[in-house]
Parts: sequence; structure tokens; C-alpha cells
Amino acid sequence: MSKSLNLRSKGQTPSVQISTYRDQHFKGSRTDQDHLLLLSTTLYVGNLSFYTTEEQIFDLFSRAGDVKRVIMGLDKVRKTPCGFCFVEYYSREDAENAIRYVNGTRLDDRIIRTDWDAGFKEGRQYGRGKSGGQVRDEYRSDFDEGRGGYGKIVLNKIRTRDT
Amino acid sequence: MKLNHMLVPKWTTLCRVDVKPHLSLSLALNIHFVFTASHRSKRRRTSDDVNIEDRLDSLITRVGEKSTSSLESNLEGLASVLEADLPNYKDKIVKILCDCVVYLPEKITVYTTLVGLLNAKNYNCGGEFSELLVRNLKEALKTGEFESARMIVRFVADLVNCHVLVASSVLQMFDNFVEVALEDNIPQVRSDWYVNSVLSALPWVGRELFEKKEAELNKLLQTIENYISKRHHIHVPSLRVWASDDPHPQEEYLDCLWAQIKNLRNNKWVEKQISRPYLAFDGVLCDALQHTLPQIIPPSHNDEMKYPIPTVVFRIFDYTDVPEGTVLPGSHAIERYLIEEQINKIIDSNYLERKECAAALLSFPTKNKLPLNYIIIETVFGQLFRLPKAPHLELFYGVILLEVCKLQPSTMPQVLAQATEMLFERLDSMHTICIERFVTWFSYHLSMFQFRWSWDDWSIAVQQDPTSPKARFVHEVLQKILRLSYHQRVMESVPESFHCLLPIKPQPFYKYEQEGAGSLPGTMKAHALMSAIKSRCTPEEAAAILKELPNPMTDDDSSEPVFNPLKIDVFVSTLLYLGSKSFSHSFAALAKFHPLLKSLTETEEAQICLLRTLYEVWKSHQQMLVVLVDKLLRTQVVECSAVANWLFSDEMSQDFISFYMWEIMHSTIKKMSKQVDKLQKDVDEARDKLDAQRRRAADGLDMDGYDDDDVPTPEIIDRMEDKLETALSQQKSLFLIIFQRFIILLTEHLARCESDGIDYNTAWYKWVIERLQQIFLQHHYLVYKYVSTLEELLFTSNVDIHILEIFQQFCSLRS
Repeated sequence: MSKSLNLRSKGQTPSVQISTYRDQHFKGSRTDQDHLLLLSTTLYVGNLSFYTTEEQIFDLFSRAGDVKRVIMGLDKVRKTPCGFCFVEYYSREDAENAIRYVNGTRLDDRIIRTDWDAGFKEGRQYGRGKSGGQVRDEYRSDFDEGRGGYGKIVLNKIRTRDT
Repeated sequence: MKLNHMLVPKWTTLCRVDVKPHLSLSLALNIHFVFTASHRSKRRRTSDDVNIEDRLDSLITRVGEKSTSSLESNLEGLASVLEADLPNYKDKIVKILCDCVVYLPEKITVYTTLVGLLNAKNYNCGGEFSELLVRNLKEALKTGEFESARMIVRFVADLVNCHVLVASSVLQMFDNFVEVALEDNIPQVRSDWYVNSVLSALPWVGRELFEKKEAELNKLLQTIENYISKRHHIHVPSLRVWASDDPHPQEEYLDCLWAQIKNLRNNKWVEKQISRPYLAFDGVLCDALQHTLPQIIPPSHNDEMKYPIPTVVFRIFDYTDVPEGTVLPGSHAIERYLIEEQINKIIDSNYLERKECAAALLSFPTKNKLPLNYIIIETVFGQLFRLPKAPHLELFYGVILLEVCKLQPSTMPQVLAQATEMLFERLDSMHTICIERFVTWFSYHLSMFQFRWSWDDWSIAVQQDPTSPKARFVHEVLQKILRLSYHQRVMESVPESFHCLLPIKPQPFYKYEQEGAGSLPGTMKAHALMSAIKSRCTPEEAAAILKELPNPMTDDDSSEPVFNPLKIDVFVSTLLYLGSKSFSHSFAALAKFHPLLKSLTETEEAQICLLRTLYEVWKSHQQMLVVLVDKLLRTQVVECSAVANWLFSDEMSQDFISFYMWEIMHSTIKKMSKQVDKLQKDVDEARDKLDAQRRRAADGLDMDGYDDDDVPTPEIIDRMEDKLETALSQQKSLFLIIFQRFIILLTEHLARCESDGIDYNTAWYKWVIERLQQIFLQHHYLVYKYVSTLEELLFTSNVDIHILEIFQQFCSLRS
């Protein structure tokens, strides 16, 4: 059979392929990681507003299929949402539909990003930035109201200047 | 090696853009073999073969896509490339071409032309292609892949135009197909399919048959006309998006296509829509030798076969709606059919990649003459609202509308808004299932556009009765928006006059902390339980606190009551209240106390009691109810039948027409069927394993240590079968409960209206009777298994005709 058409008839088109991003903290070989990503039913969801709730995420992602659970990403110091989450589905097929149709669309007026994740492990719900949130919020120089205003470094500068 | 590297990028661009003639792909790639022949191992050769095959694949599947050179020159070039590769790769080429017939039907004439050109160059290749195609057609008919089969039939017909097949042999196939209409004791859906497959191929080959075989063609059409006039239409009401024919008639698909074909015939089989690249190659093609199609006899009917379900053609626009300068073909013009068919095929081929899909839709051929935006919107909504089921995930339609709006920001959003207005205007006669899909889509759509909408145009909704379709629609949209945002946001998004339709702010209700709770019998224990759980007590400790609660049911009966409603209420409401912060908190609370929860709710009555408490705590938070019922079902705390009975109970009657109730109902049915499927799969796999082992033993191959623990014993299989049996009977009784409750409810309503002398056809009645229809439609393959039981036990002649009708319409979907 035609290879390209065969892949398509199985739903394996470019948008659901695993991306180039790899979790640097993954314990195991690259092959293990890729293997898990190919079978995974879990997505990493990024660029959320700090104020977006689990309920909102649940509703949007349920439109792609039955959601098993949502794990909110938390600031490791404050234990408050810090703009990312993991969404786990019961089936790979539903997760693929989420990658296809939710990635790059809006939630709470923000364009959100989805990517395959090798599966949630305790501890991964916490931001890896120095100040507790996500790394990207350390270095950001723009003002993003949904993500606590300026990035942490800029924010500290403003604070020292003001005092 | 160097040469190879240089060649690769060149050929890659060639795949995408255009094809230069007179060079064999394998030849070009093999040039380097000459230089490196002495170093080459056998393995290298294979990987190069694969390489070439991949590129042939890419060349063939991409021809006809956007390109800098003309389609004709690309086709000519590709045909030459393929001709040169035929000696080595004929099988592969023929196979890929056959796949394109089924998987890229929107490019049908591109491929018929290509096959025509190949046949003109190499007669054997045309023959082998036809042979394989016929084999695929027979296989598709046998295995019930009817849409593939329909595309092959159309392709075969168009091959007549390319001088690959003899016209009379295709006509013979048509005759054989139409003869199915004369068979006795077959379901109408069978003869419908065969007649439809012929009719839907005629726009391609009609002219050719008319010129060469007019008498035979007329005879064929006469048979079809007789058939069309005798068909029953019992199924039609259940498949209509709108009950009314105003402003546009809602026609059954085969009737509509027949009217369009008759028009085409009156126009001497000349249509203005199909692009026919083969016309440019007439000089080459007319010299080609033609093949005769072998006899294709439809496989005889068997009851296992699932033929496609009929449809009703969806129309919202006519020529008065579209801008000047463009023409929307009338509803009985064959062009309307051909355009819709093409759009549908583009969607079906590209739905996995939403951006490509949107781009393909907007680069529709002949788009300049057509009000393309209108046609796209109508066809997308046509799929979204198709009954019983939309062909793709509902979310897909939301996202594809978003993508086409993004690509055409200056024109598409207006057309979409116009269509939305029309849908709103026509809500009164819209089917409940479609209103539900409309709500789901519209709330999603608004969430992508900051919830901005000209609500004031819909102020009629505020003035109407809250059960009326328009008021209900707005309320349900606001409910859905609430899930995607938050209460404050929804309130700010709509004008104040709409606040009467606003959902209340979701928050838990915990009665043991309300004012006056002191007098409630469970308050003390509830408070004790709360502080115990907060200080992380064990489930046993929680059980000990509950143990002291009296059972209010003890007085009624001398025997020991099977459950304690007060215990359930205190425990469940406290647990839910403590976990009320989020879904995760609730899930964690339920998980920690799962065994205790289960031990308190062993009977169905007890489970209903639990659901009542859940409702009391969360009635202002529909999404929470949906999610928690789902969790309780999955963790087997409650059974499906308990949920169904609870939804139909008196306590829930005020919410009965709320959409979330039906969300729960259908997800309950779905979970039940998933459970059955899983058990069935387990049993099948276990049996296969055991059979395989027995075969090995019989062949004397069963060695010690070979029969590992993986092979189940007959006893294990027996137990699995028992489980499956139980699940199957639970599923059956679930449907019986649901249908029986519907009959009781509707019969009561009809009787009450009759004795009060009022019209039974109230807003409530419409919502409810169409919810009954939804159970049949949405789960038709499941329900169909019980059709004789239902007829015997529930939908008997004693049942009111209005209810019975719904059942009969359902039965006729597959008859």
C-alpha cells in the first residue's frame, strides 16, 4: 500500500508526531523516552494563564475525548498555579485528537500549546524556575497579565529600583 | 555518493511542484550506482529501492496539488516518469494508484487521466490496474466498506472517459447493481446503496453513455425511476435537522439526487462542475486500446451486513442569500450535488490536519464563480448536524470553522455570523440533538473570540418562555461558556437583560453548616467526621464515626434495612464538601474512601441515595455533576442502571430538559458499552490463546514449559464469560429501564393533555420525545440488538402512536 496514504488511514499525520522537545529531566535513555512518548496518553499543556482553573481545562480537553485527570502545574514555592498542566486521557486516540485540534487554540483568551509527555511523575507538577514558577517566566521581559506581569528577573529589578 | 546527494533535493522539489517529463525516477537515482557499483552490497540496493518507492508514492499522491506549472504538464510528466519505471515497479505503481482511488477521491479525474495516459503508453499496465481495482471493489462490497466501494464505482465509470474501459462493460456493472433493487426480502438500505452508487457515478459518465448507449442508459434509468417511486420514507422524520420545510425543503438524499440526475438528463448530460483534465489529452487517449470490465455481481445479502444509513440533505442557503456576482446552484441542479460532494470529500481526506484542510477547502477549483464561503459553511454545518452521527469529532468542526475564518478574515466571519443567525432563527423546528450540537459548537466558537457576540439581536430569547427553544438555547450556551470561563466573565459578556438566562454561580451546598443545621439528625456526626477527615483519619476511623448514626428507615419495617440513607448523606456530603476546591480534590477524596463508599451503597436504592446527595451538594455546578457521576461509574461505586433511574426520578424532573442530564445519560450508556466491549475482547483473546495451545498439543508440538502461565484455563474462561454475560444483561436492562421510563413519562403527559383538552405538543414534549429519539439514534447499533425484545415488551400496540412512531422510525433506519 502507499506508505503515505497508509499512515494517513491510521491517523498518523504530521500534527500528532512527537516534536523535537525533550524533557531534560527525564530519567532514562532517549530511546526509552521516545518509546514512552509514542505510547503516551498524557499531554503537556503550556502558556496557560495563572488564573485558568482545572475545570476550564477539563471542559476544553474533554471535547477531544474522555479526560482521566488534569494535573495543574504549581509554583514550587507558593504552591499556586504557574501556567502549565498535564492532561491525561484514557486512550491514545483521544489524546491524538487533542493534539490535533486543541493545540494552538485559545483557552481563557490565550493561545495554548500542547505536546506529548512521557507520563506524569510525582514532582513534575512543580515549576523548575529559580523563583518557583516556570523557567520561561524567569527571563521574560514582556508584561503578561495572565502570568503575573513581568518576568521574575525584570520584576526584581523594578522592585530594587522602587525601594 | 556526491551525485546522489545532489540529486536528492532536486527530486524532492519535483515531488511538490512539477514533474519534468522523460526521466525515470529510478534511472535518475540509479545513476550513482554506476559509479559505486563495486562497493555496493545487496542491502544497499534494497534501501535504494525503498527510497525510490517512497518517491514514487510521493509523486503520485501529490500530483494535482497546488503547483507552479499546469496540471496537464504535470500529468504528462508524471506519466512519462512512471512509464519508464513500469518495468521495475509496476506492481507498486498500480497499488499506489488504486489507493488514491479510495483515499484521494477529491482528485478522481486527475487519477483517471493519469491511468488513461499510462494505459495509452502501456496497455498491460491499464489492464493490471483495472484488475486490481475490480478486486478491491469486490472485496469492499464483501466486507461492507461501502464508501470505498462507491468511490471505486465512480472511478471505474470515469475510466470510460479516458478510454481505459469499454462503455458497455461499465453499463453492465450498473445493470447488475440496479438489479439489486428487484431483489425480494432485502432491507431498503441495501438496494439504496446500489442504486445510489450508480446515480452518484452518472454525472461523470452520463454524457458518454448517452452518446454511445442511449437506449441502454434509458432502460437503466427507467428501472431506477421505478425503484425511487416505490421506496418507503418512514425513516425521514428522525433524520431531519429541521422538522419544517420552510424556508428550504429537507429532502431525503436519494430523492434529491434522483431529481438532480433527472435535471442533468434534461440538459443532455452536460454539467459545468467537474474538471476533466483528460479532455486535454483526447488526441493521445482516443488511440488507446480499451479493456472490458469483468462481470461484477453484487454479493448476496446477509443480515450481518451494515449498509450505510440514509441521510437528509442539509440546506440553509439559497441563491438569494449570496452576494451578487456569484451563483449558488439551485437545490436540484447537479452542480450543487457535485460541489457539496467535492467539499465533503476534501473534508474527509484532510480532517486530520486542520490547517491543510482549511487551505484545501479555500483553494476549491472553480472557486471564482461560486459563493465558496457560503458553500463551505453550509457543508461544514451539514456534517456537524448530520443524524444520527456527525462523520468526525464535533470539536473538528469548531476548529475547521476557526481555521477558515483565519485564512479569510475579511469575508468568512461575516458569512459564519449570517449562518449562525439563520440557525438561531430556525431553532424552533430544529431537532434537539442538533440544538445540542449547535450549543456545543457556538460556546466553543465564542470562547475563541473573547465571548463577543451581538446578543441584543437575540433579545427575543429573553422574552420567551424559558422552555422555548430560543431561551433554552441561550441558557445552555451560557452554561457551556461558564465551563470554559468563569461566572464573572459570563456575566460581563452578556447584556444585563440576559441575566435572567444566566446560570447561577456554581458553589457547593453543605447543609450541615447552614443556619439551623443544628436540628438536623446528622449534624453532630457530620462535624465530627469533617474534623476527623481534616486531620487525616483512616477510612476505618471515619466508618466508626458513621456507625453511631441511626437509620431513619428502621421504623418502616421490622426487617433490617439494606442501607442507611442518613449515613450516606452525612458521609457523601461531607466528603464532597471537603473536596469541593477542584475536581482533583474531589477525586482524591472519593479515592481515599472508596471501599467505605462502596460498602455503604451496595444496592441500587443506596446508590440512588448517594446520587441524590451528590445533586444536593452540587446542583449549581453541572460540570461537577457530570464529572463526578463519571468517576463514580468508573470506580464502580454506582451502576449504570442506578444513574438512569436517578435521572428519571421525580427529584430530577425540574432538570429533565437541561442538557447536562443528557450528557450524563449518554456517557453512562457509552461507559456500559465500553465495558461490554472490553469484556468481549478479553474473552475472545483468552479463547484464542487456549485454542492455539490446543492446536499445538494436537500437533504434538506442546513441549514442557511451553504452556506458560499466559494460557488461560477453561475455568478462567468460564469465569470471564460469566462476567461478560452479566455485563450484557446489565446493558440490556439499562436500555429497558430507559425506554420504559420514557414510555411512562410520555404516556402520562399525553393522557393528561387529553383529559385537560389541551394540545399535547408542548415545548416540554418536544424536548422529551426528541431525547427519546436521541437514545435510538445515538446508540442505534447497540439498540438494534434488542429490537425484537423492545417490540415484544415495550413498544407494543398498546403504546400511544406518537411514541410508537419514534420506535418505528428507528427500525426503518436499517430496513
